[in-house]
Formats: sequence, structure tokens, C-alpha cells
Amino acid sequence: MKIYDARYVLIGLAIFVGLFTIPFWYNMGRAVPPPDPKLDTPVIQQMAVKQCVLPLAEIRTGHMQLLNDWRTWVVRDGLRTYVAADGKTYNMSLQNTCMDCHSNKTQFCDQCHIYAGLEAGTVPYCWTCHIAPKENQ
Amino acid sequence: METSRRNFLKISGVCALGLTALPVADVFGESDLPKAIKNPQALTGQHWAMVVDMKKCWEKGKEGCKDCILACHAVHNVPDIGSIKEEIKWIWTNHYENVFPGQENEYNVKNLEGRPFIALCNHCTNPPCVRVCPTQATFKRPEDGIVMMDFHRCIGCRYCMAGCPYGARSFNWRDPRPFIKTELNMRFPTRERGVVEKCNFCAERLAEGLLPACVEACKVGALSFGDLADPNSVVRKLLASHFTMRRKPELGTQPNVYYIV
Repeated sequence: MKIYDARYVLIGLAIFVGLFTIPFWYNMGRAVPPPDPKLDTPVIQQMAVKQCVLPLAEIRTGHMQLLNDWRTWVVRDGLRTYVAADGKTYNMSLQNTCMDCHSNKTQFCDQCHIYAGLEAGTVPYCWTCHIAPKENQ
Repeated sequence: METSRRNFLKISGVCALGLTALPVADVFGESDLPKAIKNPQALTGQHWAMVVDMKKCWEKGKEGCKDCILACHAVHNVPDIGSIKEEIKWIWTNHYENVFPGQENEYNVKNLEGRPFIALCNHCTNPPCVRVCPTQATFKRPEDGIVMMDFHRCIGCRYCMAGCPYGARSFNWRDPRPFIKTELNMRFPTRERGVVEKCNFCAERLAEGLLPACVEACKVGALSFGDLADPNSVVRKLLASHFTMRRKPELGTQPNVYYIV
């Protein structure tokens, strides 16, 4: 098998592969610190049993689904009280219930969202309408 | 491997039966707790309505009183843009000839000159805004008749504004946050640029057992709120004892805001 203009083709290929993999070269050897969501808000610290609406594993992977369900139940079905698996009831509200405990949006929500490559403050676009808690900065 | 047609069908049958096992297990495996329920302290009604007693408002209220408007707009973080073209309003005042067009004559117009009429979303029984909304962002709650907005779904096409014959809907031409002149109510969201908004009959307050903010704010009791399906409700009593008017009845929208004039 003979490649016509093999020199140019191979040089071109090498340049292409180099350019295509620039993100990897650019970030090589640089460790991105893993997200560190903080749970040290005053409300959480005062809780005897530090338990969220769902168990940790479920809320961590499924909070977006939960928020979606809450939105449907509250806005469209007019149901505003959530009954957790342990029978405890919560007012279904991102702005009020979630953020009453997690009053540290920048230290909690944003930590993972930014790490996951979501644009801070724009995706997910909860906060264009819902009011983020005032944080002491 | 060879198999007879008979065996193949047997195995298929057993497999099909197996497929039904998962949904059955799901049903029995779920906890019997309901996941979402109505707030126990919520005010419940089947057909919310409002009666606006304009006589009380004019005779007992102070000249230029705007308590109901201010209360509503503060509770719901309604911005004050400052231009009539981009005005955002949930409850407002207007002249008689604009609120009840077609019912004016040269004498009553003169009598009612300078008299403000309170206007708000009528939460129509037959709401044109709901019919025209392409995303069902605005919808009529089947349980109590409130015409609600789901701001998450609104795409800002403004068909509902064209559909509403009462001008009850406002469009956010720009980010409303910098224009909220009142102290921000941290318990209620704002809106964002590109969505339509209007009065929600204080659905969020009813869910907590509170009357609408405008009704609560009116010191002379000119606004009454209640359930039309309940013959003993305040509104039914007022409707039974007074002559009342509704806005543009000829359109067949069946408004649920009644006026005593």
C-alpha cells in the first residue's frame, strides 16, 4: 500500500491530533480540587439528627428529580406538603425549605455544579426567579 | 439446538409472564405513604371568587388609598418599571369606562368621574388565556378554579395577553429584579425576563390558610373572598343581598370577580 504525499498527510495528521488533544495537554498534571459542599450552616448544626428529605445517596444522585417532582406537585397539582419515607412532613419549596437548611448556596450548590462544569449561576437556572439566601460574605 | 414449535411457545409464554412480575413487585414493594399531600391548614374551596364593593371603597376608604395594590405587589415581588408600556401589575385601578366598556352613558360617566375601580385577574370560569397557551403554562386548577401560571413553562409568546380581554397580564420585557422597589419578600420568588405574570388569587397564601393579601390589607373590608360553591360563604351572601356586575359579560368568559357599584 502506498500513501500519496505521505509526508504531508502524516504531518497534517500529527498536527490535527495535537490540536484535538490540546485540552488534555493543557490540564495535564493539574489536579482539580474535588467539590467540597459545606454542611456547616447554623440551622444544620442545631439539628439533633442531621437528616435531609431523602437519604444521602438518594438526594445526592436524585435531587434534580426530586425538585422536578416537587415543582409538579406544588405548581400543577396544588399539593404542598411532602411526606418523607420516615413519615416526616416538609413544605415543598426550594427557596424556603431547601435553602432554610442549606443557606450557603455558594458553599453548597455551586461547589458541585461548578465542578461538574455547569456555568455558575446560569445552569441550572433556578436563581433567575427563586431568591438565593443572603450569605454573610 | 432444536426445539418444537410447541416448546418455543411454552417458553415464550413463561417469559411473557415473567415480564409482568416487575410492575407487580413495584406496586407491592412501594411504601403506603402518600408522597405529596395538601397542606392540612390550607383554605379549601371548589370555586374561589371575589366580590369588590366599590361603594365601601369610595365611601369609607381614604382618598387615593392603594393599600390592596401595595400589599399585593410587595408580597409577590412585583416590580415598578416606571413606564406605562412595560408596566407590570397584578391588581390596579382604572376608570369606569375602561373597566365596564359599553355600560357607560354620559350621566353615569360624569357621576363616576375620578372614581377608581379596582381591577385584577377575573379567574374566569371559561378563561381564554388558558385556551390559547401553547405550553399549558397557564392552566385552570380543576379543584378550585384558580387560573394559575407555571412560570417554569412560560415561553413568553404572549398569546395569553392577546387572549385576555381584561388586560390582566403583564410581560417582563427586562429582568424585573432591579425594579423591585419594595423590600424583597424572601419567601416568594421573583420572575425573570421573558415570562408573563398576573394575579394568582394568592394560591401560596391559601395553601397556608391565609386570605389573599389584598383582602387582608383592605381596612374597610371592600374586598371579600370566598367559595361560590358554599352557600354560606361571604361571597355568596354578598351576591344574594346586592346587585352585582361583572366585567364584559357579553364575552362569555364567566368572570369570578363581582362588583358592587
